[in-house]
Amino acid sequence: MYGSPNILGMAIKLAEPPVRRITAPLERRPKGLFSSPPARTLGLLGSAVVLGCVTLAGVAYGSKQIPFGTVLDAFFNYNPALNDHLIVRSLRVPRNIVGLLVGVALGLSGAVMQGVARNPLADPGILGVSAGAALAVVIAIYVFGVATLLGYVWFAFAGALVASLVVYFLGSLGREGATPVKLALAGAAITAFLGSMTSAILLVDVATLDQYRFWAVGSIAGRTPQVATEVAPFILAGSIMALASGRVLNALSLGDDVARSLGQKVGLARAFSAFAVVLLTGAATAAAGPIGFVGLTVPHIARSITGPDYRWILPYSAVLAPILLLSSDIIGRVVARPGEVQVGIITALVGSPFFVMLVRRRKLAEL
Amino acid sequence: MLDTGPSTIARGADFAAIVSKARAAARARSAAVGLVLSIGIFLSFAISVGVGDFPIPFAEVVPAIFGFGSPDARFIVQTLRLPRALTGLLVGGAFGLSGAIFQSLARNPLASPDIIGITAGASAAAVFVIVILGGGGLLISIGSFAGALVTAAAIYLLAYRRGITAYRLVLVGIGVGAVLSSVTSYLLTRAQIWEAQRATVWLTGSLNGRGWEHVHPVGLAMAALFPAVLILARPLKALQLDDDTAKGIGVVVENYRRWLVLAGVALAAVATASAGPVAFVAFVAPPIARRLTRSSLSLLPAALVGALLLLVSDLVARRAFAPTELPVGVITGIVGAPYLLWLLARASKIGRG
Repeated sequence: MYGSPNILGMAIKLAEPPVRRITAPLERRPKGLFSSPPARTLGLLGSAVVLGCVTLAGVAYGSKQIPFGTVLDAFFNYNPALNDHLIVRSLRVPRNIVGLLVGVALGLSGAVMQGVARNPLADPGILGVSAGAALAVVIAIYVFGVATLLGYVWFAFAGALVASLVVYFLGSLGREGATPVKLALAGAAITAFLGSMTSAILLVDVATLDQYRFWAVGSIAGRTPQVATEVAPFILAGSIMALASGRVLNALSLGDDVARSLGQKVGLARAFSAFAVVLLTGAATAAAGPIGFVGLTVPHIARSITGPDYRWILPYSAVLAPILLLSSDIIGRVVARPGEVQVGIITALVGSPFFVMLVRRRKLAEL
Repeated sequence: MLDTGPSTIARGADFAAIVSKARAAARARSAAVGLVLSIGIFLSFAISVGVGDFPIPFAEVVPAIFGFGSPDARFIVQTLRLPRALTGLLVGGAFGLSGAIFQSLARNPLASPDIIGITAGASAAAVFVIVILGGGGLLISIGSFAGALVTAAAIYLLAYRRGITAYRLVLVGIGVGAVLSSVTSYLLTRAQIWEAQRATVWLTGSLNGRGWEHVHPVGLAMAALFPAVLILARPLKALQLDDDTAKGIGVVVENYRRWLVLAGVALAAVATASAGPVAFVAFVAPPIARRLTRSSLSLLPAALVGALLLLVSDLVARRAFAPTELPVGVITGIVGAPYLLWLLARASKIGRG
């Protein structure tokens, strides 16, 4: 009727919406500070170097300043009779290792959580992890009379694990399984439920409140090497799982339907990532108490550097978070000599102005 | 050949009929939900005025509220139980409404004054008053009110850059809120243990010992803001779409958002000043209301759910371990969370998650 099929083909082409309309939202997405892969790699390496320096500085600085030479001596020519060597080996090194582990765990779990929940407000605590850990610690103090940091670790970890399993189970009831909104709401509901129980115990027993308030701030002071070795396996396993989930999170960030059509098993992918989050946050909370701010904000900072690709956001978060945590810890020890301010307080004070500035200055890559 | 003619028109009429039937059903459902919630509020209000160490029979409660009946009943109702129940009713309504405003504006079910930093400001100020200034009752209320307003102003100014976007507002709120809540925990670690305990009670949220001086501010605020919000909220449905679409429909986005945010902040601030940051009410009331009415925007039902939640929780808090009275914030989570979870589990159809 309209002549040759060729013309028909052209007509169809004309009738199709212009391709630009489909890609425009993608193009409008800000690419981040470093848009080319070499620049991103260099940036990551640079951040890793900074992290190394901060860790070393964390060993040298504190309420008592120790020269770098002595720090190196303590590693290579250890002399137990020297006070400084003892401080370095038995106090500062374990503390900084715990800080490093906790930082990596919080940064990674925050990034994964935001990807899984597709929500900028989703901090790792939203799965009920922090609330579960807190209630378990309060029970440990109130019922079992536990009074040591080491004693809290397993209680906190078990509480985190149980709470997040319950959240995940409740969030995946119903036909369509675990959707981000249901997970987030279930997590918030369980968090409130457990929080109520926690405050009920705290209101009944002043002695428990007296111990709990110092755990609840979030601190890496006085952590022994044993704390580090107990949580390290979980953080290691969780980190590997998290770093491996970048591609999956990229697919999930397009929405469940698109991810499914790209061949992702959405339910499985979400469960895998959520399990990584639970391992990481549970272990971090067990080691250092609830430090909420790092996991919430560092991924946003990473995203503004790398753009929306999770394969880059994850490693950047893993490096930037311990930088924030360890440098905050140094500041906390220096500002209030001879006492110290807990790292959970300083991370928020140091990180927030930076975070707000970032939110204002750049058009953020939205989730 | 295309199928034009009478049959298409008939089909169009069918669609119109279906749409208007669905709308009528939705309106009927909203009205029914509102009615049931109101009855629930009336009953729990009357019960909480009647029940206590000195029980007053149901038949005498209503006369006593209006100043009739025996002098004993009148005294107990007028000076002790009525102000407390009214504070609970108004504070619950204010939290529910404020939460609904923030969740709609931010288009985020996790947004609520608790999460985006406003109650963090109120809490930090109140704990400062308790721990550093050693102040009590009225000073704490004034401090927390001022804290909430200053925090909200700071968040708004920091998030303002050629207009406000919901996303930036929420993120700035997180940042500011994080600073303030760490200030709160720092003050708690520095406090004497009895001050820390007093602060913990306040931070949980409590209606214990609330008198008329607590009713008046929150009552005035609700009387002024509640109708204002319902009128302002008419274009809110369009704001729940994205900003560009809302502008396209012809909503003056910035203006409405500014006034609604202001109203939401004022409600949260007044409510927090009266009863403390009662956990969870602002967060949980809107999603419960939304699931009950099955509509995307339900401000009035959210306020009703908030009021009912607070009244029922306070009744439990007063009577569960009588004569010990728990702070109501302990109960709101325990009562509200399972209900939200049940609703979540039940709503198994796609698109209702």
